[in-house]
Amino acid sequence: MSALVQLVEVSKRYRDAPALHPTTLAIERGKTTVLIGPSGCGKSTLLRLIIRLIEPDTGTIDFDGAPVTPDKIDMLRRRIGYVIQEGGLFPHLTARANVLLMARHLGKPDEEMRRRLSELCALTRFPENLLARYPVELSGGQRQRVSLMRALMLSPELLLLDEPLGALDPLVRASLQKDLKEIFSRLRQTVLLVTHDLAEAAYLADEIVLMNEGRIVQRGSIADLRGDPASDFVTEFINAQRSLALV
Amino acid sequence: MKRIRKKGSQEKHLQRLVFFSCLPAFLIFISSSLSAGPVVIGSKKFTESYVLGEIAKRSLSDANIVAEHRQGMGGTIILWEALRTGQIDAYPEYTGTIAQEILKTERQLSMQEFESALEKLGIGMTEPLGFNNTYALVMQRNQAERLGVHTISDLQKHPELKYGLTHEFLDRHDGWRPLASRYQLNPQSVVGIDHALGYAALKNGSFDVKDAYSTDAKIAEYDLVALEDDQQFFPRYQAVFLFRFALPTPVISALRQLEGTIDEARMIKLNAEAERTKDYARAASLYFNNGARSTIFFSGESFAHKLARWTLRHLELAGFSLLLSVIVGIPLGILASRGGAVGHVILGFAGVMQTIPSLALLALLVPLPFFGISVRTAITALFLYGLLPIVRNTATGLQDIPRSLRESAIALGLERGAQLRKIFLPIASRSILAGIKTSAVINIGTATLAALIGAGGLGEPILSGLNLNDHVTILQGAIPAAVLALLVQWLFDLLDRVLIPKGLRL
Repeated sequence: MSALVQLVEVSKRYRDAPALHPTTLAIERGKTTVLIGPSGCGKSTLLRLIIRLIEPDTGTIDFDGAPVTPDKIDMLRRRIGYVIQEGGLFPHLTARANVLLMARHLGKPDEEMRRRLSELCALTRFPENLLARYPVELSGGQRQRVSLMRALMLSPELLLLDEPLGALDPLVRASLQKDLKEIFSRLRQTVLLVTHDLAEAAYLADEIVLMNEGRIVQRGSIADLRGDPASDFVTEFINAQRSLALV
Repeated sequence: MKRIRKKGSQEKHLQRLVFFSCLPAFLIFISSSLSAGPVVIGSKKFTESYVLGEIAKRSLSDANIVAEHRQGMGGTIILWEALRTGQIDAYPEYTGTIAQEILKTERQLSMQEFESALEKLGIGMTEPLGFNNTYALVMQRNQAERLGVHTISDLQKHPELKYGLTHEFLDRHDGWRPLASRYQLNPQSVVGIDHALGYAALKNGSFDVKDAYSTDAKIAEYDLVALEDDQQFFPRYQAVFLFRFALPTPVISALRQLEGTIDEARMIKLNAEAERTKDYARAASLYFNNGARSTIFFSGESFAHKLARWTLRHLELAGFSLLLSVIVGIPLGILASRGGAVGHVILGFAGVMQTIPSLALLALLVPLPFFGISVRTAITALFLYGLLPIVRNTATGLQDIPRSLRESAIALGLERGAQLRKIFLPIASRSILAGIKTSAVINIGTATLAALIGAGGLGEPILSGLNLNDHVTILQGAIPAAVLALLVQWLFDLLDRVLIPKGLRL
């Protein structure tokens, strides 16, 4: 079976600074791939290229075995769920309206939407009685759960998460990590997650892709990275994170 | 297909936003613009012109011709343009002004020369009404006697005297500059001031010399003395009516009946009566000298009725212009929010509109075809004024939406129109509504200037109060206008709660 997303020689420059050198990468179906690396290494750029928030300068990005023409970009986005660090919830809509926004826009039947919503509440452990609240009335962790529900509402083939837990305090973060792992495996979801936290990557990933300065440095399991580092940078990156954990 | 849908949905949103605020004014506008067209008499912004305008209207009414008097429309150029373009049918003018300002000649013309020159422009002129209202320089009598100033030449010896002159006199071809050079006057201080206010300022000693019309009632009332024009500088200013040749004969003959019927003493008396009673129609009825009929025809409108009329017209002006500002301003703001050259041009244009003084904007619009002396012109000027706050607040409201929210909306796969309608405009609604509120309050204030071009509203009493130097009349317009502005503010605070999504107010 082919990869769900296939990037071939994709590159991107911002003004005069290269954000991503020509990169080839396949996102395998049903797996959790974690992009990791220091800030500015191009990991978020890669994510934004896939959902076409930005267009590549060179190269091709196939989705489900076919290139995406400009008139199909909105269709592509509806097949992808996208979660960002601060949730990106719309402040003028309740949690429920945020989650149902696209389903309503596409005219899904009420009954179907109601069923899906309580399914998602159970899956993400979000209390249904909080659905009437506005984003400002929710905690950071609750907001990320709503954001995840919104991303999963249309049962997307691909879930993109850009530092989804980055702004949360450690306890909330740990409990969400656990829930995420369970959700991913229960849904057999194809996931591409960006983080800068190696422990999180190690916990969630089927495969880790380590990036630096716009290039993929190494891909593999945490054991591969630790046991067979591709360069000094890999060792340095792993050691830096370990020493932080020891402090 | 996609474009059409996007447009339609934007308009729907606009309608919702606008509906509550502007519908009543809109309906009033529609209903009031359906009335038929009577003979329209114009007048300039000073008492004598008002009175002559009323006399003409009365003369036409007596001949069973429906007539309307647009009071105090401004200066010579505005009235002349309005007459030439058929927005008014007749107005009182002075031969000196016709020669200097309209025919642009320095010569003294005979009546035949006047008539044939005007005929070429499609305008007729009556014979003189009977009085010569020339310019004069006036001073307080006791000061003039103390300084021994009797003629304009005597002013040469007193360069320390301060002059307060009307703006028109300062600019006229037969006004201040040639006068000063003929008489070799070189005073230390010359300021421009409104005619009626100038009398009050002369009275309280803010300055010493002022220009006046020789039939001004204030000359006697304030015990002023008109200095002798010993070098015969000022041309003769015989009062006449100018009218459009295209008018039906009965209208012209009704105007011609006024020829030679008003001498200077009579005009001064009528002017004094108008200033005393603040009622031009009543002063005009003195001319006809039959009180019994005048009370039937001119029993003054009650104050409540006048106030209602002014206020409705005011709301109509401000409301309709605001509606236009919203309909045009929000889409322009959306375009401007995308930045780039187009955005700069839009914001620049709206900004420039607001830097033009409102009076100048009105004066610039009047000579253009389609505009002229009309409600249309006032609404257009107010609309242009109201544009900037709405365009700018819409643009900044949209630009201030954080990138994360913008990208979340895009990443969901919403079409551009739906992004705008469902996400961006509601999030920017507070800013947009604040812009509309600013425009509304500005419009309520600026709409008082509409009276200058005869469009009515609460500016009418302010203008005639200014003209009469009568504070009570000024306040009759100023207080309701201020109250209206407060009410509008309050109404919009209420609208905030209806229109701004709850999640943004927590």
